Amino acid sequence: MSDWTLFEVFVRSKHGLNHKHVGSVHAADAAMALENARELYTRRSEGVSLWVVPSAQITASSPDEKEPLFDPSDDKVYRHATFYDLPQEVGHM
Amino acid sequence: MTTQHALTEYLLRLGDSDIILAQRLCEWVGNAPALEEEMALGNVALDLIGQARSWLEYAAELQGEGRSADDLSFRRNEREYRNLLITEQANGNYADTLARQYLFDAWHYYLLQALCDSKDARIAAIAAKALKEVTYHLRRSSAWIKRLGDGTDESHQNMQQAIDDIWTYSGEMLMADDIDNLLVEAGIAPDSAAIKAQWQAHVSATLKEATLDCPPMDSYMQQGGKQGLHTEQLGYLLAEMQFLPRAYPDAVW
Amino acid sequence: MYAQLVDTGVKRVKTLNEMSPEERHFQEKIDADIKIEAKNWMPEAYRRTLIRQMSQHAHSEIVGMLPEKNWLTRAPNLKRKLQLLAKIQDEAGHGLYLYSAMETLGANRDEELEKLHSGEVKYSSIFNYPSRSWADMGTIGWLVDGAAIVNQVVLQRTSYGPYSRAMIRICKEESFHQRQGYQILLEMMRNGTDEQKAMVQDSINRFWWPALMMFGPHDTDSPNSAQSMQWKVKRMSNDDLRQRFIDQTIPQLELLGCTVPDPDLKWNEERGHYDFGSIDWSEFYSVLKGNGPCNKDRLKTRRNAYANGAWVREAAKAYADKHKQAAA
Repeated sequence: MSDWTLFEVFVRSKHGLNHKHVGSVHAADAAMALENARELYTRRSEGVSLWVVPSAQITASSPDEKEPLFDPSDDKVYRHATFYDLPQEVGHM
Repeated sequence: MTTQHALTEYLLRLGDSDIILAQRLCEWVGNAPALEEEMALGNVALDLIGQARSWLEYAAELQGEGRSADDLSFRRNEREYRNLLITEQANGNYADTLARQYLFDAWHYYLLQALCDSKDARIAAIAAKALKEVTYHLRRSSAWIKRLGDGTDESHQNMQQAIDDIWTYSGEMLMADDIDNLLVEAGIAPDSAAIKAQWQAHVSATLKEATLDCPPMDSYMQQGGKQGLHTEQLGYLLAEMQFLPRAYPDAVW
Repeated sequence: MYAQLVDTGVKRVKTLNEMSPEERHFQEKIDADIKIEAKNWMPEAYRRTLIRQMSQHAHSEIVGMLPEKNWLTRAPNLKRKLQLLAKIQDEAGHGLYLYSAMETLGANRDEELEKLHSGEVKYSSIFNYPSRSWADMGTIGWLVDGAAIVNQVVLQRTSYGPYSRAMIRICKEESFHQRQGYQILLEMMRNGTDEQKAMVQDSINRFWWPALMMFGPHDTDSPNSAQSMQWKVKRMSNDDLRQRFIDQTIPQLELLGCTVPDPDLKWNEERGHYDFGSIDWSEFYSVLKGNGPCNKDRLKTRRNAYANGAWVREAAKAYADKHKQAAA
């Protein structure tokens, strides 16, 4: 099967939710990858939608870059709703 | 012949074909060409056993002798089995298995589609559920016919041989006997001529796309399974499948 | 334990002071229970140990299908056939999850399968015992899966992220396997004939000791344990896991109304655990060496399946290539 391509599998478990990475499958082509992913990752009605992507096509951020990429957002608390104190009278916003 | 008798026979034909084919698929476990195929064959077999159970439960109720789907599956002899001959044929190589599966799936799909409109509400309900499963079976097996037919020289040869070998067992499902005719008139079963046309169109298109030669549609076709006259293969299959309930008649499992 | 005697290739566990800065950073993450992910730096020995452990684990799932397949085509009713098939199919799935996790480390499934086929990499020895009766389907689910689950529950906290996530998924799915097995036995013991009850007891007699051996040799005879524990690819010692398994299994055994073939088994009030007799490790090593009743058959079946399927896998690939070209 080394000739078969490795595909990463993403499952959307319910309508309205994001696709989530669950693992990988081997397949000769994308159509077969979808079939194989269906057999492997949705045996217990885990999904309503599937994506398969050739693993080689995924560009991942390097762990060494974690700090420059993600730390700057740590101090941007004003992006979060809880940053803004409002009087009780406003109620739920 | 009463409609009830015809209906019981008809249900046995459906249920027996499902259980026998599922039993053959179970034989592949641990031996499939790829782990991914183990999963897929397992899913098809699980679907078919579930469908068999629904058809046989209904048949047992109509018989009214207090038997269960298990009694029907595990305590009838070869001569009482009503499955299509195609379903009992040995697995052979993977092309043989897929050729058998595809020709069966194509028939199964169009039949279930038509049975969704059966005047018998219970049949229509079982068919509607089974159709979803079989739609997937057909998509999968047609894809494999194309992959092997239009894959390598070796796979092309194997698949052509497989189609040629199984072909003589493909006609039985499209031929109507008195039981079928009676149920067609009662609006319970569909006219097999319509199914036949759909089946032939699907099969000739798929084989063509798979670069395979379609054997003549008017070839000589074996039949008899629906009446309980089987090939030599069924006896061994049942001997294995029925071993425990036969060897321990008083046991509960 | 589905992975047994995994060699770490490490002679002596290093202290933090002896480590390079990279190693130390890595070990500190592990000590802080931060998961290691595929792209993180890791010692080469850690990577190789994990590949060995995960591939053994995956192979065990796949070979473990065979003793159950032996009764799948003879399951006594439709319900049992459905349950057993679903369980066997899960095992193929679990093998695939584990191979998939293993491949994140740059390993290749085919190469690892080659090592299985050549006998270079082992699978759990328990599957070298034959399934001789239908009761074995119950015993395998209850004792063999039960032993595996005790180990796998702990492995959910293993340090390598993809392995840990695969274990979480597997544990969730496997919860039905053990219950399925136990229920097969319970039905036979409560409602079965005398012959069936004897079948159950015979099955437990045959599987009890091999099931205890699944956890591997005593801690004192496990030279790789210390390193595996430091890396948190192993989270509890063999003897502790074995004790935990026995403690939780004996009450279930009593409920069945069965016994185990160990005259020394008794509750030790002081320890708060069951005492049990000594395990015949010569049998364990002998089966490991290839002398179990089914070693040769199991490998032959897997080798044949792989070899006989080669033309199918090649055809699918050839078809995909042709149609990719046609589409381009």
